[in-house]
Amino acid sequence: MTAMGAAPVPVIGDAPQVVSVQRGVALPRRPEPPLFGDFMRGIWKENPVLVQMLGMCPTMAITNNVINSLAMGLATMFVLLGSEFIVSLFRHRIPTEVRIASYILVTATFVTMVDLSLEALTPGVHRALGAFIALIVVNCLVLGRQESFAAKQPVHRAVMDALGTGLGFTLGLSIMGAIREVLGNGTFLGVQVMPAAWEPWVIMVLPPGGFLTLGIVLLTLSAFREMRAQRAAVRPGRRIA
Amino acid sequence: MGDLAWIVISSMLVSNFTLVMFLGLCPFLGVTQQVQTAFRLGIANTFVLVITAMSAWFLNRYVLGPAPFLRTIAFIVVIASAVQVVEMMIRKHYPALFRQLGIYLPLISTNCAILGLAIFQSNRGYNLIQGLAFALGAGTGLTLALSLMASIRMRTELSTVPSLMRGMGVVLVIASFLSMAFMGFAGLGAS
Repeated sequence: MTAMGAAPVPVIGDAPQVVSVQRGVALPRRPEPPLFGDFMRGIWKENPVLVQMLGMCPTMAITNNVINSLAMGLATMFVLLGSEFIVSLFRHRIPTEVRIASYILVTATFVTMVDLSLEALTPGVHRALGAFIALIVVNCLVLGRQESFAAKQPVHRAVMDALGTGLGFTLGLSIMGAIREVLGNGTFLGVQVMPAAWEPWVIMVLPPGGFLTLGIVLLTLSAFREMRAQRAAVRPGRRIA
Repeated sequence: MGDLAWIVISSMLVSNFTLVMFLGLCPFLGVTQQVQTAFRLGIANTFVLVITAMSAWFLNRYVLGPAPFLRTIAFIVVIASAVQVVEMMIRKHYPALFRQLGIYLPLISTNCAILGLAIFQSNRGYNLIQGLAFALGAGTGLTLALSLMASIRMRTELSTVPSLMRGMGVVLVIASFLSMAFMGFAGLGAS
Protein backbone atom coordinates (compact mmCIF):
# COMPACT_ATOMS: atom_id res chain seq x y z
CA MET A 1 0.00 0.00 0.00
CA THR A 2 2.79 2.43 0.87
CA ALA A 3 4.69 1.47 -2.25
CA MET A 4 1.69 2.36 -4.40
CA GLY A 5 0.73 5.66 -2.83
CA ALA A 6 4.10 7.04 -1.66
CA ALA A 7 5.65 8.35 -4.87
CA PRO A 8 3.43 11.02 -6.55
CA VAL A 9 2.46 13.60 -3.93
CA PRO A 10 4.36 13.77 -0.64
CA VAL A 11 1.40 15.00 1.42
CA ILE A 12 -0.85 12.15 0.40
CA GLY A 13 2.15 9.84 0.46
CA ASP A 14 2.58 10.51 4.14
CA ALA A 15 -0.98 9.72 5.04
CA PRO A 16 -1.04 6.02 4.08
CA GLN A 17 2.28 5.59 5.79
CA VAL A 18 0.80 6.72 9.10
CA VAL A 19 -2.12 4.38 8.57
CA SER A 20 0.16 1.50 7.80
CA VAL A 21 2.23 2.15 10.93
CA GLN A 22 -0.94 2.14 12.98
CA ARG A 23 -1.98 -1.10 11.35
CA GLY A 24 1.41 -2.59 12.09
CA VAL A 25 0.95 -1.80 15.77
CA ALA A 26 -2.57 -3.08 15.84
CA LEU A 27 -1.74 -6.27 13.98
CA PRO A 28 -0.93 -8.60 16.91
CA ARG A 29 -4.30 -7.82 18.49
CA ARG A 30 -6.20 -8.31 15.27
CA PRO A 31 -6.92 -12.08 15.43
CA GLU A 32 -8.74 -11.61 18.72
CA PRO A 33 -12.43 -11.99 17.95
CA PRO A 34 -14.76 -9.33 19.34
CA LEU A 35 -16.46 -9.86 22.66
CA PHE A 36 -19.74 -10.36 20.88
CA GLY A 37 -18.23 -13.43 19.21
CA ASP A 38 -17.34 -14.91 22.59
CA PHE A 39 -20.93 -14.34 23.62
CA MET A 40 -22.64 -15.71 20.53
CA ARG A 41 -20.43 -18.77 20.13
CA GLY A 42 -21.85 -20.41 23.23
CA ILE A 43 -25.41 -19.73 22.21
CA TRP A 44 -25.51 -21.37 18.82
CA LYS A 45 -22.32 -22.53 17.12
CA GLU A 46 -20.96 -24.34 20.16
CA ASN A 47 -24.21 -24.79 22.03
CA PRO A 48 -23.41 -26.98 25.02
CA VAL A 49 -26.53 -29.12 24.73
CA LEU A 50 -27.14 -29.37 20.99
CA VAL A 51 -23.60 -29.35 19.59
CA GLN A 52 -21.02 -30.13 22.24
CA MET A 53 -23.16 -32.57 24.22
CA LEU A 54 -21.72 -31.44 27.52
CA GLY A 55 -23.58 -31.53 30.79
CA MET A 56 -25.87 -34.33 29.70
CA CYS A 57 -27.05 -35.44 33.12
CA PRO A 58 -29.15 -32.38 34.02
CA THR A 59 -30.19 -32.10 30.37
CA MET A 60 -31.96 -35.42 30.61
CA ALA A 61 -33.00 -35.48 34.21
CA ILE A 62 -34.76 -32.22 34.96
CA THR A 63 -36.15 -31.14 31.59
CA ASN A 64 -39.60 -32.62 32.07
CA ASN A 65 -41.06 -29.14 32.34
CA VAL A 66 -40.10 -25.63 31.29
CA ILE A 67 -39.85 -24.06 34.75
CA ASN A 68 -37.34 -26.61 35.99
CA SER A 69 -35.32 -26.29 32.79
CA LEU A 70 -35.15 -22.50 33.10
CA ALA A 71 -34.21 -22.67 36.77
CA MET A 72 -31.50 -25.24 36.08
CA GLY A 73 -30.15 -23.22 33.14
CA LEU A 74 -29.99 -20.01 35.15
CA ALA A 75 -28.40 -21.74 38.14
CA THR A 76 -25.74 -23.22 35.87
CA MET A 77 -25.23 -19.83 34.25
CA PHE A 78 -24.62 -18.22 37.63
CA VAL A 79 -22.10 -20.92 38.56
CA LEU A 80 -20.37 -20.54 35.17
CA LEU A 81 -20.22 -16.78 35.55
CA GLY A 82 -18.80 -16.84 39.07
CA SER A 83 -16.31 -19.62 38.54
CA GLU A 84 -15.07 -18.40 35.14
CA PHE A 85 -14.60 -14.93 36.66
CA ILE A 86 -12.54 -16.27 39.57
CA VAL A 87 -10.54 -18.72 37.47
CA SER A 88 -9.73 -16.07 34.90
CA LEU A 89 -8.82 -13.56 37.63
CA PHE A 90 -6.36 -15.96 39.25
CA ARG A 91 -5.20 -17.64 36.05
CA HIS A 92 -1.55 -16.63 36.58
CA ARG A 93 -1.52 -17.66 40.24
CA ILE A 94 -3.02 -21.16 40.12
CA PRO A 95 -0.22 -23.74 39.74
CA THR A 96 -0.74 -26.06 36.79
CA GLU A 97 -0.40 -29.24 38.85
CA VAL A 98 -3.35 -28.51 41.12
CA ARG A 99 -5.47 -26.53 38.68
CA ILE A 100 -8.27 -29.08 38.28
CA ALA A 101 -8.66 -29.42 42.04
CA SER A 102 -8.70 -25.63 42.38
CA TYR A 103 -11.30 -25.26 39.63
CA ILE A 104 -13.52 -27.85 41.26
CA LEU A 105 -13.23 -26.11 44.63
CA VAL A 106 -14.14 -22.75 43.10
CA THR A 107 -17.11 -24.35 41.34
CA ALA A 108 -18.22 -26.14 44.49
CA THR A 109 -18.25 -22.84 46.39
CA PHE A 110 -20.55 -21.19 43.87
CA VAL A 111 -22.75 -24.28 43.68
CA THR A 112 -23.19 -24.22 47.45
CA MET A 113 -24.23 -20.57 47.17
CA VAL A 114 -26.81 -21.39 44.49
CA ASP A 115 -28.04 -24.40 46.42
CA LEU A 116 -28.66 -22.47 49.63
CA SER A 117 -30.15 -19.42 47.85
CA LEU A 118 -32.59 -21.53 45.83
CA GLU A 119 -33.61 -23.40 48.94
CA ALA A 120 -34.39 -20.11 50.66
CA LEU A 121 -36.02 -18.30 47.71
CA THR A 122 -37.95 -20.97 45.79
CA PRO A 123 -38.29 -24.13 47.89
CA GLY A 124 -40.64 -25.72 45.33
CA VAL A 125 -38.17 -25.51 42.47
CA HIS A 126 -35.36 -26.57 44.78
CA ARG A 127 -37.30 -29.69 45.71
CA ALA A 128 -38.05 -30.48 42.07
CA LEU A 129 -34.41 -30.18 41.03
CA GLY A 130 -33.28 -32.18 44.04
CA ALA A 131 -29.73 -33.44 43.98
CA PHE A 132 -29.12 -32.00 40.53
CA ILE A 133 -28.37 -28.55 41.93
CA ALA A 134 -25.46 -29.96 43.92
CA LEU A 135 -24.49 -31.99 40.86
CA ILE A 136 -23.69 -28.81 38.91
CA VAL A 137 -20.25 -29.25 40.51
CA VAL A 138 -19.59 -32.25 38.33
CA ASN A 139 -21.15 -30.80 35.19
CA CYS A 140 -18.46 -31.29 32.55
CA LEU A 141 -19.60 -28.05 30.96
CA VAL A 142 -18.36 -25.89 33.85
CA LEU A 143 -15.00 -27.62 34.17
CA GLY A 144 -14.63 -27.66 30.40
CA ARG A 145 -15.13 -23.91 30.02
CA GLN A 146 -12.78 -23.18 32.91
CA GLU A 147 -10.04 -25.37 31.55
CA SER A 148 -10.37 -24.51 27.88
CA PHE A 149 -11.32 -20.84 28.07
CA ALA A 150 -11.20 -19.02 31.40
CA ALA A 151 -7.75 -20.33 32.31
CA LYS A 152 -6.25 -18.65 29.24
CA GLN A 153 -8.30 -15.52 28.63
CA PRO A 154 -8.66 -12.13 30.32
CA VAL A 155 -11.53 -11.56 32.71
CA HIS A 156 -13.87 -9.62 30.42
CA ARG A 157 -13.73 -12.29 27.72
CA ALA A 158 -14.25 -15.07 30.26
CA VAL A 159 -17.33 -13.29 31.58
CA MET A 160 -18.78 -12.91 28.07
CA ASP A 161 -18.04 -16.56 27.37
CA ALA A 162 -19.76 -17.59 30.61
CA LEU A 163 -22.83 -15.50 29.75
CA GLY A 164 -23.02 -16.94 26.23
CA THR A 165 -22.45 -20.54 27.27
CA GLY A 166 -24.88 -20.17 30.14
CA LEU A 167 -27.57 -18.73 27.87
CA GLY A 168 -26.91 -21.44 25.31
CA PHE A 169 -27.30 -24.09 27.99
CA THR A 170 -30.52 -22.47 29.20
CA LEU A 171 -31.77 -22.36 25.62
CA GLY A 172 -30.98 -26.01 25.02
CA LEU A 173 -32.62 -27.08 28.26
CA SER A 174 -35.69 -24.94 27.55
CA ILE A 175 -36.14 -26.45 24.08
CA MET A 176 -36.04 -29.91 25.62
CA GLY A 177 -38.31 -28.84 28.48
CA ALA A 178 -40.84 -27.26 26.11
CA ILE A 179 -41.05 -30.32 23.86
CA ARG A 180 -41.36 -32.70 26.77
CA GLU A 181 -43.86 -30.64 28.72
CA VAL A 182 -46.14 -29.93 25.75
CA LEU A 183 -46.17 -33.52 24.50
CA GLY A 184 -46.03 -35.29 27.82
CA ASN A 185 -48.31 -33.13 29.88
CA GLY A 186 -50.21 -30.96 27.40
CA THR A 187 -49.09 -27.79 29.17
CA PHE A 188 -46.54 -25.02 28.67
CA LEU A 189 -45.26 -23.25 31.81
CA GLY A 190 -48.17 -24.90 33.58
CA VAL A 191 -50.81 -23.48 31.21
CA GLN A 192 -52.88 -25.94 29.19
CA VAL A 193 -51.97 -25.48 25.50
CA MET A 194 -53.09 -28.72 23.92
CA PRO A 195 -56.80 -29.32 23.22
CA ALA A 196 -58.71 -31.24 25.86
CA ALA A 197 -58.93 -34.27 23.58
CA TRP A 198 -55.11 -34.55 23.59
CA GLU A 199 -53.97 -37.71 25.27
CA PRO A 200 -50.62 -36.82 26.98
CA TRP A 201 -47.67 -38.94 25.93
CA VAL A 202 -46.68 -39.88 29.46
CA ILE A 203 -43.49 -41.49 28.20
CA MET A 204 -42.13 -38.03 27.32
CA VAL A 205 -41.94 -36.88 30.94
CA LEU A 206 -40.53 -40.24 32.08
CA PRO A 207 -36.81 -41.06 31.79
CA PRO A 208 -36.88 -42.60 28.27
CA GLY A 209 -38.47 -39.41 26.95
CA GLY A 210 -35.33 -37.47 27.85
CA PHE A 211 -33.10 -39.59 25.65
CA LEU A 212 -35.72 -39.75 22.92
CA THR A 213 -36.31 -36.00 22.79
CA LEU A 214 -32.65 -35.07 22.60
CA GLY A 215 -32.04 -37.84 20.06
CA ILE A 216 -34.83 -36.59 17.81
CA VAL A 217 -33.76 -32.95 18.18
CA LEU A 218 -30.20 -33.90 17.17
CA LEU A 219 -31.42 -36.00 14.23
CA THR A 220 -33.57 -33.10 13.04
CA LEU A 221 -30.65 -30.69 13.30
CA SER A 222 -28.34 -33.01 11.38
CA ALA A 223 -31.03 -33.56 8.75
CA PHE A 224 -31.24 -29.79 8.24
CA ARG A 225 -27.46 -29.56 8.09
CA GLU A 226 -27.31 -32.34 5.50
CA MET A 227 -30.02 -30.69 3.41
CA ARG A 228 -28.17 -27.40 3.45
CA ALA A 229 -24.88 -29.09 2.56
CA GLN A 230 -26.55 -30.85 -0.37
CA ARG A 231 -28.09 -27.61 -1.63
CA ALA A 232 -24.72 -25.88 -1.34
CA ALA A 233 -23.11 -28.78 -3.17
CA VAL A 234 -25.60 -28.65 -6.04
CA ARG A 235 -25.48 -24.90 -6.68
CA PRO A 236 -21.80 -24.35 -7.54
CA GLY A 237 -21.81 -27.65 -9.43
CA ARG A 238 -19.28 -29.47 -7.26
CA ARG A 239 -19.45 -31.71 -4.29
CA ILE A 240 -18.49 -30.75 -0.75
CA ALA A 241 -17.36 -33.77 1.19
CA MET B 1 -31.28 -58.51 55.29
CA GLY B 2 -34.30 -58.11 53.07
CA ASP B 3 -33.73 -54.39 53.37
CA LEU B 4 -30.17 -54.75 52.04
CA ALA B 5 -31.29 -56.97 49.17
CA TRP B 6 -33.89 -54.39 48.25
CA ILE B 7 -31.30 -51.59 48.27
CA VAL B 8 -29.08 -53.58 45.90
CA ILE B 9 -31.88 -54.52 43.51
CA SER B 10 -33.32 -51.05 43.61
CA SER B 11 -30.09 -49.24 42.81
CA MET B 12 -29.08 -51.83 40.21
CA LEU B 13 -32.29 -52.26 38.21
CA VAL B 14 -35.37 -50.38 39.38
CA SER B 15 -33.70 -46.99 39.62
CA ASN B 16 -30.63 -47.76 37.54
CA PHE B 17 -28.21 -44.89 37.96
CA THR B 18 -27.56 -44.32 34.29
CA LEU B 19 -30.78 -45.21 32.53
CA VAL B 20 -33.41 -44.12 35.02
CA MET B 21 -31.74 -41.48 37.17
CA PHE B 22 -29.47 -40.01 34.46
CA LEU B 23 -26.30 -40.03 36.49
CA GLY B 24 -23.01 -40.67 34.73
CA LEU B 25 -24.10 -40.07 31.16
CA CYS B 26 -20.70 -38.83 29.95
CA PRO B 27 -19.00 -42.25 29.95
CA PHE B 28 -22.30 -43.85 28.91
CA LEU B 29 -22.26 -41.84 25.69
CA GLY B 30 -18.50 -41.49 25.40
CA VAL B 31 -16.77 -44.80 26.21
CA THR B 32 -19.29 -47.28 24.87
CA GLN B 33 -17.68 -48.10 21.53
CA GLN B 34 -16.22 -51.37 22.82
CA VAL B 35 -17.74 -53.85 25.23
CA GLN B 36 -14.49 -54.70 26.97
CA THR B 37 -13.48 -51.11 27.67
CA ALA B 38 -16.97 -50.23 28.78
CA PHE B 39 -17.06 -53.20 31.13
CA ARG B 40 -13.72 -52.31 32.67
CA LEU B 41 -14.68 -48.69 33.11
CA GLY B 42 -17.78 -49.92 34.87
CA ILE B 43 -15.63 -51.96 37.25
CA ALA B 44 -13.34 -48.99 37.92
CA ASN B 45 -16.43 -46.88 38.59
CA THR B 46 -17.80 -49.49 40.99
CA PHE B 47 -14.54 -49.43 42.89
CA VAL B 48 -14.63 -45.65 43.23
CA LEU B 49 -18.31 -45.84 44.22
CA VAL B 50 -17.52 -48.21 47.08
CA ILE B 51 -14.68 -46.00 48.34
CA THR B 52 -16.95 -42.97 48.06
CA ALA B 53 -19.74 -44.65 49.98
CA MET B 54 -17.38 -45.42 52.84
CA SER B 55 -15.87 -41.92 52.91
CA ALA B 56 -19.26 -40.25 52.63
CA TRP B 57 -20.50 -42.24 55.61
CA PHE B 58 -17.40 -41.27 57.58
CA LEU B 59 -17.74 -37.60 56.66
CA ASN B 60 -21.44 -37.52 57.51
CA ARG B 61 -20.90 -39.25 60.80
CA TYR B 62 -17.85 -37.51 62.17
CA VAL B 63 -17.07 -34.34 60.21
CA LEU B 64 -20.07 -32.68 58.63
CA GLY B 65 -22.32 -32.55 61.69
CA PRO B 66 -21.44 -28.98 62.70
CA ALA B 67 -21.03 -27.68 59.13
CA PRO B 68 -23.61 -29.19 56.75
CA PHE B 69 -23.11 -26.42 54.18
CA LEU B 70 -19.63 -27.80 53.45
CA ARG B 71 -21.14 -31.08 52.23
CA THR B 72 -20.73 -30.58 48.49
CA ILE B 73 -17.17 -29.28 48.83
CA ALA B 74 -16.08 -32.03 51.25
CA PHE B 75 -17.55 -34.78 49.07
CA ILE B 76 -15.96 -33.55 45.89
CA VAL B 77 -12.52 -33.28 47.49
CA VAL B 78 -12.74 -36.84 48.83
CA ILE B 79 -13.96 -38.15 45.47
CA ALA B 80 -11.18 -36.42 43.56
CA SER B 81 -8.58 -37.96 45.86
CA ALA B 82 -10.14 -41.43 45.59
CA VAL B 83 -10.09 -41.19 41.80
CA GLN B 84 -6.46 -40.13 41.91
CA VAL B 85 -5.62 -43.26 43.91
CA VAL B 86 -7.52 -45.53 41.50
CA GLU B 87 -5.83 -43.86 38.55
CA MET B 88 -2.37 -44.47 40.00
CA MET B 89 -3.23 -48.09 40.75
CA ILE B 90 -4.54 -48.77 37.25
CA ARG B 91 -1.57 -47.05 35.66
CA LYS B 92 0.81 -49.22 37.66
CA HIS B 93 -0.93 -52.58 37.31
CA TYR B 94 -2.88 -52.34 34.02
CA PRO B 95 -1.03 -49.92 31.71
CA ALA B 96 -2.96 -51.15 28.65
CA LEU B 97 -6.30 -50.47 30.28
CA PHE B 98 -4.98 -47.09 31.38
CA ARG B 99 -4.32 -46.12 27.78
CA GLN B 100 -7.71 -47.43 26.61
CA LEU B 101 -9.68 -45.46 29.15
CA GLY B 102 -7.74 -42.29 28.37
CA ILE B 103 -9.36 -39.07 29.47
CA TYR B 104 -12.38 -40.89 30.89
CA LEU B 105 -10.39 -42.26 33.82
CA PRO B 106 -9.61 -38.90 35.49
CA LEU B 107 -13.10 -37.82 34.44
CA ILE B 108 -14.57 -40.39 36.82
CA SER B 109 -14.15 -37.71 39.46
CA THR B 110 -16.53 -35.46 37.56
CA ASN B 111 -18.90 -38.34 36.97
CA CYS B 112 -22.27 -37.36 38.41
CA ALA B 113 -22.88 -40.94 39.51
CA ILE B 114 -20.17 -40.74 42.16
CA LEU B 115 -21.22 -37.46 43.75
CA GLY B 116 -24.86 -38.42 43.23
CA LEU B 117 -24.32 -41.60 45.23
CA ALA B 118 -22.76 -39.66 48.10
CA ILE B 119 -25.62 -37.14 48.12
CA PHE B 120 -28.44 -39.71 47.88
CA GLN B 121 -26.79 -41.82 50.52
CA SER B 122 -26.69 -38.96 53.01
CA ASN B 123 -30.18 -37.75 52.08
CA ARG B 124 -31.58 -41.19 52.82
CA GLY B 125 -29.51 -41.57 56.00
CA TYR B 126 -27.99 -44.95 55.11
CA ASN B 127 -25.59 -46.53 57.61
CA LEU B 128 -22.26 -48.01 56.54
CA ILE B 129 -23.55 -51.45 55.50
CA GLN B 130 -26.54 -49.99 53.66
CA GLY B 131 -24.21 -47.50 51.98
CA LEU B 132 -21.92 -50.27 50.78
CA ALA B 133 -24.89 -52.24 49.43
CA PHE B 134 -26.10 -49.10 47.66
CA ALA B 135 -22.66 -48.52 46.12
CA LEU B 136 -22.32 -52.14 44.97
CA GLY B 137 -25.78 -52.15 43.44
CA ALA B 138 -25.23 -48.81 41.73
CA GLY B 139 -21.85 -49.93 40.41
CA THR B 140 -23.27 -53.18 39.05
CA GLY B 141 -26.11 -51.28 37.43
CA LEU B 142 -23.67 -48.83 35.88
CA THR B 143 -21.48 -51.64 34.53
CA LEU B 144 -24.58 -53.39 33.18
CA ALA B 145 -25.78 -50.25 31.40
CA LEU B 146 -22.34 -49.48 29.95
CA SER B 147 -21.86 -53.05 28.67
CA LEU B 148 -25.38 -53.27 27.19
CA MET B 149 -24.96 -49.95 25.41
CA ALA B 150 -21.54 -50.95 24.08
CA SER B 151 -22.87 -54.27 22.74
CA ILE B 152 -25.70 -52.55 20.89
CA ARG B 153 -23.37 -49.92 19.48
CA MET B 154 -20.98 -52.58 18.22
CA ARG B 155 -23.93 -54.14 16.39
CA THR B 156 -24.76 -50.86 14.71
CA GLU B 157 -21.12 -50.54 13.62
CA LEU B 158 -21.47 -53.79 11.68
CA SER B 159 -24.78 -53.07 10.00
CA THR B 160 -25.51 -50.62 7.22
CA VAL B 161 -27.00 -47.51 8.73
CA PRO B 162 -28.38 -44.53 6.77
CA SER B 163 -25.90 -41.66 6.88
CA LEU B 164 -28.28 -39.45 8.83
CA MET B 165 -28.58 -42.07 11.54
CA ARG B 166 -24.87 -42.19 12.29
CA GLY B 167 -23.56 -40.30 15.28
CA MET B 168 -24.99 -39.13 18.53
CA GLY B 169 -28.65 -38.79 17.61
CA VAL B 170 -29.21 -42.46 17.05
CA VAL B 171 -27.17 -43.40 20.13
CA LEU B 172 -29.59 -41.35 22.20
CA VAL B 173 -32.57 -43.07 20.60
CA ILE B 174 -31.02 -46.46 21.44
CA ALA B 175 -30.46 -45.24 24.99
CA SER B 176 -34.11 -44.28 25.13
CA PHE B 177 -35.20 -47.84 24.23
CA LEU B 178 -32.80 -49.29 26.82
CA SER B 179 -34.24 -46.92 29.38
CA MET B 180 -37.75 -48.04 28.45
CA ALA B 181 -36.70 -51.65 28.98
CA PHE B 182 -35.34 -50.80 32.41
CA MET B 183 -38.60 -49.09 33.31
CA GLY B 184 -40.14 -52.53 33.19
CA PHE B 185 -38.31 -53.31 36.42
CA ALA B 186 -40.41 -50.70 38.18
CA GLY B 187 -42.98 -53.46 38.52
CA LEU B 188 -40.69 -55.09 41.09
CA GLY B 189 -42.06 -52.77 43.76
CA ALA B 190 -42.35 -49.19 44.91
CA SER B 191 -38.98 -47.49 44.66
